[in-house]
Amino acid sequence: MAEPGVTQRLAAAGAAFTDPPAEGTVSTEPGALDAAGTRSPLSGLLGPAGGPVTFEERPFVGKLTLRGDPSNADFMAAAGKVLGTDIPTDPCRFVEHDGFRVHWIGFDNWLIHVPEGAEGPLKTKLEAALEGIHSAIVDVSDYYTVIRVQGAKARRLLQKGCPIDLHPRTFGPGQCAGTVFHHAAIFLAQTDADTDGGASYDIQIRWSFARYLWDYFVDGAREWGG
Amino acid sequence: MLTIKCPWCGEREQIEFTAGGEAHIARPENTAELSDEEWGAYIYTRTNPKGVHYERWVHSHGCGKWFNAVRHTVTDIFWDVYKIGEEKPAVPEDWDGATTRAQYQAATQKTAAPDGNEK
Ligand SMILES: [Zn+2]
Repeated sequence: MAEPGVTQRLAAAGAAFTDPPAEGTVSTEPGALDAAGTRSPLSGLLGPAGGPVTFEERPFVGKLTLRGDPSNADFMAAAGKVLGTDIPTDPCRFVEHDGFRVHWIGFDNWLIHVPEGAEGPLKTKLEAALEGIHSAIVDVSDYYTVIRVQGAKARRLLQKGCPIDLHPRTFGPGQCAGTVFHHAAIFLAQTDADTDGGASYDIQIRWSFARYLWDYFVDGAREWGG
Repeated sequence: MLTIKCPWCGEREQIEFTAGGEAHIARPENTAELSDEEWGAYIYTRTNPKGVHYERWVHSHGCGKWFNAVRHTVTDIFWDVYKIGEEKPAVPEDWDGATTRAQYQAATQKTAAPDGNEK
């Protein structure tokens, strides 16, 4: 049998935007819908199972961006009180507290991940606490989705398209960074280091770029089967 | 591909950054009184040196922040990066851009060593 060409190979991996995903890569489940009936961008797609790297969408994670002046003690205290934890001032770090995750994006800019549905109430609370303090809170939940990548080859998969050195000597759990994966802008957070030398990452990607990243991951993971 | 040090995030690849042209060009206060030549000079005239260049970069895919940098335009080696609002760092006149700042300073200290064995 002839070796399949690049086009067939990519199509089999579900890599072309216009092609329907190949058989066996789509769930027969109805897929993730939010309370309003919106389908998540990667709804129904199945990543590799049982191999050294797995990935799955975490649809509808609540996402807020918070902006304010870190040298303003009132701002830091008010935001910290609502979140129950000091917001991080060290570059490229995140903190976790009570189901909330607060990521440093820039020195006056934070990204907050919360469970689905918690973003609205949190936004209201933050706005009330920061009343009169120079700041901004924006709900960006539907602007992005999140893909969780984990396993022994998770780092190897990400290094196929991400220019940041993710080796444990320079990058570890609790660190996050805005960067790129090939042509797509991503926000990457390392959530865990597995005992088998692997790791777990959450990759935040713009809604309309999610399928691009997903298909790159599918193609990138093929060498390890699964 | 250059490696550029963001003053906040550290060393990252150039693909994460966008260049912003020459730094320290202040917009004139009295724009209504400027002649066409003066306005044109503000908009278009740049020093374009062969050598030390003070310039702006933005870490567009990282923290999104603007900062300043000193780069040698012949070798692309950066002398230093510094945050917006910080003092423009002085660069020694005999720095030829062939070495990093650390290498230059190490070499200078050696030649200035009291035993005088180097040089
Ligand atoms: Zn940066």
